[in-house]
Amino acid sequence: MKFIASLILTALLSFAACLFLPWYSIAAAAFIVAALIPQSPAKSFVAGFTALLLLWGVLSFWISSNNEHLLAHKVSILLLKMDNPWILIFATAFIGALVGGFAALTGSFLRKNK
Amino acid sequence: MRIIPFIISAAVTIALIFALNTSWKIGGVNSPLFGAFLSPQHGFWQNAESTNEDYNADLKFPQLTGKVNVYFDERLVPHVFAEQENDAYFVQGYLHAKFRLWQMELQTHAAAGRASEIIGEKALNHDREFRRLGMVYAAEIAEKEIEKDPVMKAECDAYTAGVNAYIGTLTESALPLEYKLIGYKPEKWSNLKTALFLKYMSYDLAAREDDFEMTNAKSFFNAADFAALYPAIQDSLDPIIPKGTPFAPQKVFPKAPVNADSVYLKNTVAATETEKPDPGNGSNNWAVSGKKTKSGAPILCNDPHLSLNLPSLWYEMQLSTPQFNVYGVTFPGAPSVVIGFNDSCAFGVTNGGRDVRDYYEITFKDDSRKEYLFNGTYHATTFRIDTIKIKGQPDFIDSVAYVQLGNNLCPVMFDKSFGGVRMDNHKYYAVRWTAHDTSDELKYFNLINRAKNYTDYQAAATNFHTPGQNCAFACKNGDIAIRTQGDWPAKWKGQGDFVMPGTDTSYLWQGMIPQDEVPYQYNPERGFISSANQKPVDDITYPYYIGRNYPMYRGIEINRKLSAMNNITPQDMMALQTDNYNAPAEMIMPLFIKNINEAVLSSEEKKYVDMLKGWNLHNDVGSKGATVFETLWSNLQDTVYEDEFAKAPKNTMYPFESSFMEGLLKDSAYKFLDDINTTKKETLADELTAVIKKITPVLSKAEAEGRLEWEKFKSTHVDHLAKLPAFGRQHLPIGGGVHNINATKETHGPSWRMVISLTASTEAYGVYPGGQSGNPGSKFYDNFIDQWAAGKYFSLWMMTKGEEKDAKVKWTMSFNKG
Repeated sequence: MKFIASLILTALLSFAACLFLPWYSIAAAAFIVAALIPQSPAKSFVAGFTALLLLWGVLSFWISSNNEHLLAHKVSILLLKMDNPWILIFATAFIGALVGGFAALTGSFLRKNK
Repeated sequence: MRIIPFIISAAVTIALIFALNTSWKIGGVNSPLFGAFLSPQHGFWQNAESTNEDYNADLKFPQLTGKVNVYFDERLVPHVFAEQENDAYFVQGYLHAKFRLWQMELQTHAAAGRASEIIGEKALNHDREFRRLGMVYAAEIAEKEIEKDPVMKAECDAYTAGVNAYIGTLTESALPLEYKLIGYKPEKWSNLKTALFLKYMSYDLAAREDDFEMTNAKSFFNAADFAALYPAIQDSLDPIIPKGTPFAPQKVFPKAPVNADSVYLKNTVAATETEKPDPGNGSNNWAVSGKKTKSGAPILCNDPHLSLNLPSLWYEMQLSTPQFNVYGVTFPGAPSVVIGFNDSCAFGVTNGGRDVRDYYEITFKDDSRKEYLFNGTYHATTFRIDTIKIKGQPDFIDSVAYVQLGNNLCPVMFDKSFGGVRMDNHKYYAVRWTAHDTSDELKYFNLINRAKNYTDYQAAATNFHTPGQNCAFACKNGDIAIRTQGDWPAKWKGQGDFVMPGTDTSYLWQGMIPQDEVPYQYNPERGFISSANQKPVDDITYPYYIGRNYPMYRGIEINRKLSAMNNITPQDMMALQTDNYNAPAEMIMPLFIKNINEAVLSSEEKKYVDMLKGWNLHNDVGSKGATVFETLWSNLQDTVYEDEFAKAPKNTMYPFESSFMEGLLKDSAYKFLDDINTTKKETLADELTAVIKKITPVLSKAEAEGRLEWEKFKSTHVDHLAKLPAFGRQHLPIGGGVHNINATKETHGPSWRMVISLTASTEAYGVYPGGQSGNPGSKFYDNFIDQWAAGKYFSLWMMTKGEEKDAKVKWTMSFNKG
């Protein structure tokens, strides 16, 4: 239950923060949630990781679908040297997830050792 | 708290963020900041515009004085209806910025010699060259001139305010994609930037000169050879103003200096610019009178040939105010419509292409450049100090000397510190260029947009100084006209073809051709006017020298076709604009057929000769004969001249293409056919055999790769302005070529095709190879390209009040004071 709550909270807080703040505010969001909701470090990491994987994955997929992947085709050629919107969406999600996971891990270590 | 794991984990998190917030050099290219660039709420995903994007908006700006409604049609062309004239320019600025901001800033940065700020040291030579040519100096003069005229100042101020109003709304996520990719932010627009944009067009269209190359050619070839390779006029020329047209009496009498023949000029120079405008910048325009059309109304056509880029140079729009109502293409970066039509008339331009940029060799007292010799005494130099910012590196400081040559302050563009890439003689050359003179081309656009008749057109056209343009005009009252308009120096024969001495007044320009002596045609007997960048007049009767190097074949073909046509419809005109007939091939092919010696050719070589023989002289899609001809023709020229040019100074002018053609046609034992390195006297047949043997492997390879068809061989592409291949369009199935009316080359060609039939209710057609949005993530980014390549047009809708509910209106943007 805690896991689901921190996952959802992290995603929501990240989304809200990014409306006003730079992209790396996702780290602050994951950190704060992990610090407030006590879980084992491993669970915290997975919750932060999954929250951003889902948030950035869903957002980029949703935007790209509405765009009929026009831009994702072009940018994937530019960045990845291959025409594959799906890998670009995955790369986006994975980068967000890594930052979210490690920030959450850091947050969990902030709490007293049980 | 678990301190050690906390520190390690925090360090990893911070390092990750740092790594994703840094630009890395990957394969020599600076990467974007991956975190910001990939963030779905900040980065490029935000530019992935929904294919159902809603452009409706209700906007308020305190700068407005009245109400403006903008109706976007299904092609995203805005129809701007403003209660107040200057509000229309405000909204034009706003829309240009909304859809094309990045290109506007890129082009003005390039014009101002500020490209290094964005892309680093590799642009430094470009920046120094543009500043040394006096681009900023010229723009400052133009800005002052614009601001002297209260009407033009108000227009430009409104435009600038509109651009800045949009920039003011930009958030990080709304930045154009290219800013995110390269990593910088737009700065505020200004009237100076508008002036810089216009000077950029002057550079593109009126900076072409070959003074150094011609000086070297003159020093290397004897007088007879020089005249044969670089003739002042071509036999086949059909000038813009037909031969035999009388001209106004001469009022300026330029005199050649007495020592011109002996001094001018025996030296060689080894300098050249690092870059040059494309020599193919040209265009077609023509207008036919009602007596030649089916409807009885005049038709005006225009297709400017320029570098083809995405986002396009052009942005299509309608501007409607109580004072005027105009439709056409605009320059993102400047107010008004450039080429288009209003309720009374249609207007278009082609490039004048005359030499209005000359070099003078300057003598300084010493290397400090503080004093220069002029008319026997030393004068103090003025310096302009340029600080060039370079991304990731310290600033570069450049100092350019300005010298007073007669009435003009001219930059000493080339000196010991800068000679372009190939300068090695360390001399000083000042540049005299008409783009440095006071002028206000925006006034032409302002006036022609609201012109009602021929008198208005004339009053508008005389404001066009540089770049000089052949201004075509047609009116609903039946009038057609063309002016070879511009600020043209009145030159003596040969003046400015070569580098000139700059130590006294004797070689300076002695005046400009008076505006009432500018050649023009008004309702000519033949029922049409036309221009295709050929020499404007036959210089037997025209009193001024206007240079020698003009392309002439498109003009010949256009005039021949127009003369023969009657009962013309707009569809006939579209067919003419997209005509792929190769006029020079028609002239030269009989000579080739006669001289090709098939007995000495292999079966593979003969196969291509057969393709050539079976060719219908059209550079059409699918034509293999066109590929064989074009390859043969360009290789033949190189083969014929390479022996002479191997001995010439490097950077010597290549002979005019028409000289080769006319030389062969006049005399099939053309002198330059002989290879001067052999004792044998080579003939055309020998050269043709050699070239066929040389090109056969090239053609065989192309055939094996399935690209022998002309459009595949030529492979026209429209590149993104930053040359990012993923953002451009490759391998477009379009025919044409440099001497075809459809002058589509590899990266250059008809940048806007327009046909306007001035019937009671105007019938208008147009297309450009791009799209209304500059955003590579929009479906409107390149959606006109296929239509353009196929030679098809869009019907242009001049919307009128009361049509707001028309099904063609897809979105509405309203602008109110507030």
